[in-house]
Amino acid sequence: MKKGYFGQWGGAFIPEVLHQTFAELNAAYEAARADASFWQEYVDLMANYSGRPTPLTFAENLSNQLGGARIYIKREDLNHTGAHKANNVMGQGLLVRRMGKKRVIAETGAGQHGVATATMAARFGFACTIYMGEEDVARQRPNVFWMEKLGATVVPVKDGSRTLKDAINEAFRDWVASMDTTHYVLGTACGPHPFPEMVAWFQSIIGQEARRQILEQRGAMPDRVYACVGGGSNAMGIFQGFLDQPEVELIGVEAGGKGLDTGKHASRMLSDRAAAGVAQGYKTKFLQDSDGQMLDTHSISAGLDYVGISPILADLGEKGRVRFEAATDDEVLAALQLTMKTEGIIPALESAHAFAQAIKEAPQMSREQAIIINMSGRGDKDIFTIAHAFNDPSWKEFIVRRAEEYRGK
Amino acid sequence: MNLQDDLRQRLTRKPVLLMTHLVLGYPSLAVNHEVIRQMAENGVDCIELQIPFSEPMADGPVILKANQEALAAGIKVRDCLAFAAEMVREFPQVNFLFMTYYNVVFRFGLEEFIRQAAETGMKGFIIPDLPPEEGSEYLRLAKEQDLAAIMFFTPTSTDARMREVASQGGGFIYCVARKGVTGQHTEVDDSLAAYLSRCRKATELPLAVGFGIASREDVAMLEGRADMAVIGTATIKLVDREGAAAVGPFIRSLAES
Repeated sequence: MKKGYFGQWGGAFIPEVLHQTFAELNAAYEAARADASFWQEYVDLMANYSGRPTPLTFAENLSNQLGGARIYIKREDLNHTGAHKANNVMGQGLLVRRMGKKRVIAETGAGQHGVATATMAARFGFACTIYMGEEDVARQRPNVFWMEKLGATVVPVKDGSRTLKDAINEAFRDWVASMDTTHYVLGTACGPHPFPEMVAWFQSIIGQEARRQILEQRGAMPDRVYACVGGGSNAMGIFQGFLDQPEVELIGVEAGGKGLDTGKHASRMLSDRAAAGVAQGYKTKFLQDSDGQMLDTHSISAGLDYVGISPILADLGEKGRVRFEAATDDEVLAALQLTMKTEGIIPALESAHAFAQAIKEAPQMSREQAIIINMSGRGDKDIFTIAHAFNDPSWKEFIVRRAEEYRGK
Repeated sequence: MNLQDDLRQRLTRKPVLLMTHLVLGYPSLAVNHEVIRQMAENGVDCIELQIPFSEPMADGPVILKANQEALAAGIKVRDCLAFAAEMVREFPQVNFLFMTYYNVVFRFGLEEFIRQAAETGMKGFIIPDLPPEEGSEYLRLAKEQDLAAIMFFTPTSTDARMREVASQGGGFIYCVARKGVTGQHTEVDDSLAAYLSRCRKATELPLAVGFGIASREDVAMLEGRADMAVIGTATIKLVDREGAAAVGPFIRSLAES
């Protein structure tokens, strides 16, 4: 098979001006991958800086309440910066240092990847520019605040749908001019080769830990593993721990938005509006019209609100190794509420998609069975988004009062 | 006659050829039509017809905005093909090329797209996000129809890469004058001259180069260094500012010595 392809998906559809940059990146990545000391350096950094390994928590109350499978939660929320995003970013940071570049750029949707990249840049002493859709800048002010305080420049992107895909385009536009000094820290397992494979490699630390932890705690493999899928990096991270165990069923949960039949969703694997395409440097299933123009997507969670999907997951889905499902915005809020009340754990809206699907299926399973939910990030950092989603009256009152205070009333 | 032979012939009559560019459907096909007339009547040799795409990754702000507005106004790929066919018939003295991103072609069907382009008399394709490594089928089909698959040289290309890329393409080589997206001005300095001389050594194909060309002096700079000046963003800005009628005088001012 051609390098960088997973079945029919993947590749490197890059403008010629980036040919040399990708040649250098591929060389650096392959050298790092062949060097066991690089991985050890990465694991040590994640242990000492980021708090890894993250725990695998047995959710006893939730399991009892649903009355089916025993539910375990992989706690990426306890990773530094509050999500799995830091794994990829710190790994790429080590690679940037090896390549001798001094500046990093990144796209961000919800702002999680942007905050993680700004954090990494501060730690490694790199200059940092983050591209973020204007609409997301408006929706995610707290993350913009942190990125700027961490020393990054945040550039609002005013083109297209002014969301994640437009931020990716704009980051590429920066990179085609700045590649001599700059590395583009792509945030998910998408984009041109080697990004899907490289990001999946850094995220595989989640699956390695989860596999060891479930065997320690339970003495057996889980029956199912659930992960939400936007670009697909957290799902690839945990799934890699179990891909070689055919008896472990892997379930990727996409953003069902307001329902697959409404067109307001971000499901690339289940929707008939998705088709094979080539954009943003790679071939995968994109939500697009019959002319090949990308469609607007919708999700309650900005992190799943994306037109494409990791080519690795598109392939695993096509081969039947990963089963895809979609959770709607309403199901996600219900799952979030249940998880908070029963376990005292606050999943990010993205991660709550994996919870929603697991909560649907667990009651049909037996008490002897076990499942793992990858909790890709924590929700308390999203207080503005979640409070808004719950339409919480006392929160609104607080915001109004604070606004009046700032206005000097 | 194929594109390369046609350009060679034109080069016996003038030292630097002109290629212009427009985004189909921006601001409308009617205005495109008038702009093309102005270009054709004032001696343009090649015109890139850009079929809009929602994710024009290699384009700068001016062309990006033109893509978006054309799509918002409802332009479809089949409208672009029909319009191009009409332009080829009306202006046989011009070489027309399609410029677009690969998804537009892929979604339409690569083979069918190339077949229709050949049938209507288009001379070639410029697809910036389809490097030769991913485009073997495209290169084969274009060659079969004797259409030019335009390849790119960039300041970051090594000599070996230039030779490799040139051997895959046809028509001419699009020499990107600097790093970055479309529509920014580059000074003609020693490094550009050195780069163009590197390009010249790597291929027998004519060299087209664009760097924010805006005057007769810019075009004259290319004499002896390259074969065709590419005027992209400048005409779009001009039409935005002064309307289609301003294009003819502008093109004439570039061609006059």
